[in-house]
Amino acid sequence: MNPLLQVTDLETTFHTPNKDLTAVRNVSFSVDHGETLCIVGESGCGKSLTSLSIMGLLPAKGRITNGTILLGEEELTKQSEVQMEKIRGNKVSMIFQEPMTALNPVLTIGFQLRESLMIHRQMNKKAATVKSIELLNKVGIPSPRERLKQYPHELSGGMRQRVMIAIALACEPDLLIADEPTTALDVTIQAQILDLIDELQQEIGMGVIFVTHDMGVVAEIADRVMVMYGGEVVETADVDAIFEAPQHPYTKGLLHSVPDVDNPMQELKIIEGSMPGPDDKITGCRFHPRCPFAMEKCKQKEPPLFNLSPMHTSKCWLQEVTESESNTVIRG
Amino acid sequence: MVGLIIRRFLQLLLLLFGISFLVFMSMHLAPGDPATIIGGPNATASDLEAIRENLGLNRPVVVQYFDYLAGVLQGDFGYSYQTNQAVTEAIITRFPATIKLATASMIVAIIIGIVAGMISARKQNSWIDVTSTTFALAGVSIPNFWLGAMLILIFSVNLQILPVGGLNSPFYTVEGMKELILPAITLGTASAALIARMTRSSMLEVIRSDYIRTARAKGVRKHSLIWIHALKNAMIPVITVIGINFGGLLGGTIITEQVFAINGVGRLMIDAIAARDFPIVQGTVLLVAGIFVVVNLVVDIIYALIDPRISY
Repeated sequence: MNPLLQVTDLETTFHTPNKDLTAVRNVSFSVDHGETLCIVGESGCGKSLTSLSIMGLLPAKGRITNGTILLGEEELTKQSEVQMEKIRGNKVSMIFQEPMTALNPVLTIGFQLRESLMIHRQMNKKAATVKSIELLNKVGIPSPRERLKQYPHELSGGMRQRVMIAIALACEPDLLIADEPTTALDVTIQAQILDLIDELQQEIGMGVIFVTHDMGVVAEIADRVMVMYGGEVVETADVDAIFEAPQHPYTKGLLHSVPDVDNPMQELKIIEGSMPGPDDKITGCRFHPRCPFAMEKCKQKEPPLFNLSPMHTSKCWLQEVTESESNTVIRG
Repeated sequence: MVGLIIRRFLQLLLLLFGISFLVFMSMHLAPGDPATIIGGPNATASDLEAIRENLGLNRPVVVQYFDYLAGVLQGDFGYSYQTNQAVTEAIITRFPATIKLATASMIVAIIIGIVAGMISARKQNSWIDVTSTTFALAGVSIPNFWLGAMLILIFSVNLQILPVGGLNSPFYTVEGMKELILPAITLGTASAALIARMTRSSMLEVIRSDYIRTARAKGVRKHSLIWIHALKNAMIPVITVIGINFGGLLGGTIITEQVFAINGVGRLMIDAIAARDFPIVQGTVLLVAGIFVVVNLVVDIIYALIDPRISY
């Protein structure tokens, strides 16, 4: 059976007056029904742009220049805007980082909730209102009937994010993309929101793409993890493999920079330097200027994605040793 | 809301008091004597003195002011030096023409401004956008007396499809509409241009906002995205501009009424200033200031209706 979502060789480019900047390059991954894929990386690594590419919500100058995005049988890159309107909020939904600004300040919660039900499920206002109350109940908002008449500014950040989740799940999508939905919230609310997403995922059986830079969140919710760096995928593995046997030096670096509660004396390591921009010309591996293990080869030749096991890939020349054992290179 | 209206009303009284003082003093202290104008070139010194005595102009200015103020508080704004007509009566006969002109211009400005601004924002950097922004810039820059004269030249003199001036038929008749078209365009163009620019930039900002992205992520159709999700938010700063602009528009009626020979408050004011007809000048200035304050009160109320975050 086909996976729920299959992204192959995705390339997203921004058109600027001087030149075209490629922000996402050769990104391939899949998500299954009921599975949670975490996309991890620093700011600017292309994780949000990857999710916006799937939604067809790229900023004005950006467009997909290569690759395919298959949602079930539908090829999303070939859909017109009108066709995408029918898919967004219906089959694929998205929640965003900033609950404070993500809701329309001049429309009531009720209006914003009912809208997708009325668009995609052709409900009348009354039926949509009943369903909205049910949804708010489900996401744990007290006295939902009164909330429907309120405006976003009358709700706290956590409440607003719950409303966002209710909106995103109104039509029981096959796929939910959550772009750092808990970053702007404090830790207790963060845990509640993660639990809520998990719970609803069990109930609806949707696939989830969770974009984050927080390895703690990854450990809590991920089934599989995809690490991105400089617009590329550098490592993909099961969550256990990522934490127990990370292969790519960048993944290792990310994990070393997470504090360990059991070891308060631990000194956090940092990854020297900063993420390259899309216009930085780097030969060879894009991570080599910051990599503690960089070899001469890394500066000259871009590494392919080495297959370490059926579920584990790493884009690093260090895996060439392993390659000589298994001899499987899947992509260059 | 009631509190706001009461507060504004008190502010209005205070403002009118201040304006009456300023206008009164500037008229009386500025050179130019109404008596010489009324008396004409052949009046003798004793004639002039008699006129001054008659109008009460020989008393100290402060006494005159408080006398005037006492009258105003009782609804008596004095009598024209020129025609002896009551000021309220003179204004009431001229006011409909001015308010017709100002309202028509504002409607023209709002419709053209918002539509042009919305189209510009939707098609940013397209030829439509460039054309509309160029016209907007020209609209702000062109002096309206020149624009009025050009419009008369083209549409009234050459094409002869619209009347040269005057505002004599009721506005709901075809004749009345025709009379209003050129003056309304003349007076409304600058405001339309400002509103268009404001609408464009405000709309562009809103379109890039997070909540519009959320709406798109929900699958909201394009037309309701623009007309429901974006427009209401984008209108908040535009309404401020409209309110502030109304003041300029009222000032603009003075020139436009001259160009189109419209017998309105603006012309009344200009003639009165030339003739040193103090009571009329004071009455008309107070009227314009009062309207401006009331319009801005209405703007504040509209704000609260559009934006739930604002409460008074």
